[in-house]
Amino acid sequence: MKDQLTKYLMMLGDNAMILGHRLSELCGHGPTLETDIALTNISLDLYGQVRSYFQYAAELSGEGVTEDTIAFLRKERTYLNVVLLEQPNENFAHVIVRQFLYDMFQSFLTPALMRSTDERIAAIAAKSIKETKYHLRFSTQWMKRLGAGTEESKSKIQAAVNHLLPFTDELFVMTAVEKEMLEQGIGPDLQSFKEDYYIKVQEVLEQAELSLPEAAPRVVKGKTGIHSEHMGYILNELQYMQRAYPQMEW
Amino acid sequence: MDNIENLATRFQERIDAGEKIEPKDWMPEKYRKTHIRQISQHAHSEIVGMLPEGNWITRAPSLKRKLGLLAKVQDEAGHGLYLYSAAETLGISRDEMTQQLLTGKAKYSSIFNYPTLTWADIGAIGWLVDGAAIINQVMLTRTSFGPYARAMVRICKEESFHQRQGYEIMLTLCNGTPEQKEMAQDALNRTWWPALMMFGPRDEDSPNTKQSMAWKIKRKTNDELRQQFVDITVPQAEFLGLKMPDPEIKWNEERGHYDFGAIDWDEFWQVVKGNGPCNKERIAARQKAWDDGQWVRDAALAYSAKKSENEEKSNGIKAQRSEGKIA
Repeated sequence: MKDQLTKYLMMLGDNAMILGHRLSELCGHGPTLETDIALTNISLDLYGQVRSYFQYAAELSGEGVTEDTIAFLRKERTYLNVVLLEQPNENFAHVIVRQFLYDMFQSFLTPALMRSTDERIAAIAAKSIKETKYHLRFSTQWMKRLGAGTEESKSKIQAAVNHLLPFTDELFVMTAVEKEMLEQGIGPDLQSFKEDYYIKVQEVLEQAELSLPEAAPRVVKGKTGIHSEHMGYILNELQYMQRAYPQMEW
Repeated sequence: MDNIENLATRFQERIDAGEKIEPKDWMPEKYRKTHIRQISQHAHSEIVGMLPEGNWITRAPSLKRKLGLLAKVQDEAGHGLYLYSAAETLGISRDEMTQQLLTGKAKYSSIFNYPTLTWADIGAIGWLVDGAAIINQVMLTRTSFGPYARAMVRICKEESFHQRQGYEIMLTLCNGTPEQKEMAQDALNRTWWPALMMFGPRDEDSPNTKQSMAWKIKRKTNDELRQQFVDITVPQAEFLGLKMPDPEIKWNEERGHYDFGAIDWDEFWQVVKGNGPCNKERIAARQKAWDDGQWVRDAALAYSAKKSENEEKSNGIKAQRSEGKIA
């Protein structure tokens, strides 16, 4: 049970970390200073959540395990984030759509985690709920701006929706870890808000004058550690210092 | 009636009396231009300065350091914002200033044309580059132009936090393994001379200093500020156990200052002229952000125009309703 809980914490933390990493790649390269600051802010919030989850996971693990060994010293197959969040910063439309699809998911997951029987998880969720709401407001606004902005922005963001939406199915897959967490009352039944999620997504797409693509869900299994080809390169950067200079204090 | 000469005399009297000049006050054209140049150059330095440090965000060695660096680079974007706003009060737009940066008409601090090659460079930048910047900026909190002086007060607070953070990175490295200490020493060796160059040319080669002093844009000369920086930094390096990369550094009892060796002014001018190790890459990165962001900025403008048009329409309907013209 302790192992499953640790894995669950990694799953939650890895999602925040991989998305935070993608956003941090943009720092200094955004389309305006204001968006640069906002995206960096979101990255900072996500990394704050990463620390909370990984510190807890480290306490549950054996000696010598720290938030940093969890963040930086695992093998690729043991990172449990969804494949959606590994998708690269193709352009600003991809950044916004990826963010929006995740924020909307978090807007269901976070309140559910606040009711977790695990007090620590409930507290971390309670702390991040305000951030989640802000992130969703930011990404929703940009969905509308780009969707209803110019012809060019509309076609770019529609293309990003078409590409990224099929990855969202994975968010709702109940892996063995999540089933165990559901049994313990630690995590929610993800299927229970799947329908509402897509209703909300569609609402925003409509407001943004965009259409819902009919593409079939992608077969991806990031939550069991099977990632896209992007993941190795992300880890290459993320782990660089810890691999090149093992066991040092920074 | 006031003629220009009277206005100029009164303007100088206000500055001499320590009064702040505000955007709507009369000012000599040269004062305005000098400020636009200096404030925009400062803003550009914040923005271009995000690039060398941003280079290490994705590779920061721990979660704590990553958060610290992200927050720091974000602060720089914030400083850029207030400085652009301060310059805008003088009648230039942010887009115009950006174009001046991209075409090379406006400069930025040359230090950012050096590469960040190791994690220790992030420490060295915080310690030395922010340290040198603070010396300049503390002086600027008392500069005569109000919006610039006020922006500086806020910026200085954050910069001194960055400087401590940078020094703390160096301290951690110096208390670490021999490999880490070597990384710290190498970063000091590479950053030291460019940091000294941040104060600008020698006084005798700095033609603008006299006018800048009269207008209280500057309160100390380049060489005075540089000396102050050396005097502060040498003991800090000693505390870290690092060796200064200048064999001529020696305490001079008589002067009450450290003596130091000659700066390679040829290198300085080469980097200023655009031939430094990263000048082209820095501008190319800003150009790419600008070009890639064009459709996003266009969309935001088009959207807000549509939105205010809709609001006008709905306000019009509301007005008609309240006047009883429509139901």
